[in-house]
Amino acid sequence: MTTIESSPDAVGAAGGESAIGSFPVVAAAWLTSTDHKRIGRLFLGGSFVGLAATAVIGLLLGIERVDGGEVLFDINAIPQLFQLHRFGLISFTLIPLGIGLSIAVVPFQLGARSLAFPRLALAGFYGWVGGLVLVVVALANNGGIGGGDPDMVDLFLAGHGLMALGLIAAAASIATSVLTTRAPGMSMRRVPLFSWSALVSAIGVLLSLPVLVGALVFLFVDHRNARAVFGGNEGIGNWIGWAFTQPVSYVFALPAIGVAAELLPVTFARRQVMRGVVYTGLALVGVGALSAVTQQNVHNLPWSGSGLDTDQLGTKFDDFVPFALFNLLPVLGVLIVMAVGALGAKGARPSITSPFLFGFLGVGMILVGMLGGVLYPIDDLGLQGTVFEEGALVYVVYGAVLGIMGGVVFWAPKLWGRTVPDKPAMGLAGLGLIATVLASLPYYAAGFADQPAASPTYDYDGPAELWNALVLVGHGLMLLTVLAFAGLATKALRTIDDAGGDAGDDDAGDAPGDDPWDAHTIEWTTTSPAPFDNFAEVPVVTSAEPALDRKSLELSS
Amino acid sequence: MTLALPSGPAPAPRRQIFVGTALGCVAGTMLIGGQLAIWALIRDRAVDAGERFPASFEIPEVASNVMLMTLYALCLFAQWTVYSAKRGDHMHVGLSLGIVALMAIAFINAQAYVYNTMEMPVADGGYPGMFYAITGTMLALVIIGLVFTAVTAFRALGGRRGELELVSAHAMYWYFVAAAFSGVWFLVYVTK
Repeated sequence: MTTIESSPDAVGAAGGESAIGSFPVVAAAWLTSTDHKRIGRLFLGGSFVGLAATAVIGLLLGIERVDGGEVLFDINAIPQLFQLHRFGLISFTLIPLGIGLSIAVVPFQLGARSLAFPRLALAGFYGWVGGLVLVVVALANNGGIGGGDPDMVDLFLAGHGLMALGLIAAAASIATSVLTTRAPGMSMRRVPLFSWSALVSAIGVLLSLPVLVGALVFLFVDHRNARAVFGGNEGIGNWIGWAFTQPVSYVFALPAIGVAAELLPVTFARRQVMRGVVYTGLALVGVGALSAVTQQNVHNLPWSGSGLDTDQLGTKFDDFVPFALFNLLPVLGVLIVMAVGALGAKGARPSITSPFLFGFLGVGMILVGMLGGVLYPIDDLGLQGTVFEEGALVYVVYGAVLGIMGGVVFWAPKLWGRTVPDKPAMGLAGLGLIATVLASLPYYAAGFADQPAASPTYDYDGPAELWNALVLVGHGLMLLTVLAFAGLATKALRTIDDAGGDAGDDDAGDAPGDDPWDAHTIEWTTTSPAPFDNFAEVPVVTSAEPALDRKSLELSS
Repeated sequence: MTLALPSGPAPAPRRQIFVGTALGCVAGTMLIGGQLAIWALIRDRAVDAGERFPASFEIPEVASNVMLMTLYALCLFAQWTVYSAKRGDHMHVGLSLGIVALMAIAFINAQAYVYNTMEMPVADGGYPGMFYAITGTMLALVIIGLVFTAVTAFRALGGRRGELELVSAHAMYWYFVAAAFSGVWFLVYVTK
């Protein structure tokens, strides 16, 4: 590019969007942007659409289960719907949400002027969207797992591979950013907690999704030709199902946990204590990626039998080690993050805001899902193949959605230059909590009653219809939450109130100050919204909480 | 009010291309490692069932051995590029990159020879599909490496800054490809 050319980004950054006022030009500027804020928002917008679609799939599946099947679809469509719901929760929603928020926020937090390899991240977005379209087309034409149209099943596999490659590309961009674009003075020990969680999650994606891609290549070639090795269309779920359940889902949910970790010291107006321990806690959640490396999520942990028999003790120990690695360490990681946060809160007067509420409730839901993930592999409980697994997955994914929503509200001033009104957002956090609990908790009970996951009918005298109806309502409420959140955010972002205001005000679209939350990290030292290059000048960092230090310095002087 | 921090000069680059390539190599290792694990699992199942794996196909071992040696030699030439770039010797950078590209093309040619010699229809049972899937993935990694070599040549010979970092990343990628193919060679071509 020569020096006399103006990139679309530069035009947009100079306020050219409204001046031009032409949709094709603005759309082209967005769709070819190398600005991390735009790429992140593209990912976030796409994944909120994906979340709404997944909630609709959950609704359809719930309707079939309540009425015992064949209400809207053929009985053979139920396993497809079930698998699609799992894939939607992970591939349409969880991974791109975390990646979207990370791309949008991490360069700010690092004091960087741009994302590393922004074109790679943008290509990743297009790969993900393209794959998503292929998958939806395949599914609409009976091409899901167990689908009846072989060509569409092939398309489904190819689409999933493309989505995974796109997400890998975006994750590589995030991880490289954290490792190479930090501001002067920002050592790895000073990286903000959200950025650290984004790094761990991105590395987890880089470790796990290539294994999925490798399996998809085998499945595609085999299914396209001989169908001799991998069980044809019915066997696909056995080979790639590990990527769409616990414990690898914890790695994808890590950015939501990072949002909560970031917000705890801000809420309690305290410095982060034991920062290294929180880093460790977040990294421990990342060991969920081990399950991807080994492609297993069930360890067949036998609990019964004579515990005094030394031979059996040895066998049990062999079973217990991978079980503990995959399932207990991530739980320990979240508990460490929360415990250190609680330590920092001692004696403080918290200022509860909507981002904190979203984040805190989200982590709580993720933790409940993780505890379900601990129970699921225990053989003697007989939960494998039941809806229990679905309940735990929905807890983790919907919990992560709440956490990411908290992040969007928190960083909205930097991304859009507007605040989302606090009280309505708090109401949405509450609605999201109810939706999450209703969409998942009943399946914990139904799992113990042996309700099968992939079949709408089963022989049980208990209140199965009630459980399924509650789950149906839960998915409906989550759909409502997403739509309401989108409406609230859109209203806030489209309304311009030049009078200014604090983040806690309820006026939609307040133009916020540069530091509306009285936060601690470096991104709050630049303007709201941030300029194209994020910072007018390269900031120099001398501590892990530079904004807090600056405020203390100004107060003391 | 903006809480402006003290400003400083732009930080020195932290080897972004090198780190990004390293992460790509990690992802590639997981890709090939996962495929080899599935290969080993399926082979074990076939052997346990008393079947021969592969059933009736002969793999041309000379060509596959040459492919391995080609990649090892290629790594030497990629390292020669780094050596030359450190000394600012553009002529040798260009020469070594040209040889790297030539050897990558030789690898692709040998792979095509293997496919042609085996005359194995992809739909003829389970083994051919698996063979084409894993060797095809490996072939894709080599083609990506070839593109990387071309980009490196354009940028390094064009006098772009960061030449040494780029050629170092380029060499690292070929080391990864050689290591990945070593696994494929041992599991697919030797022990079958």
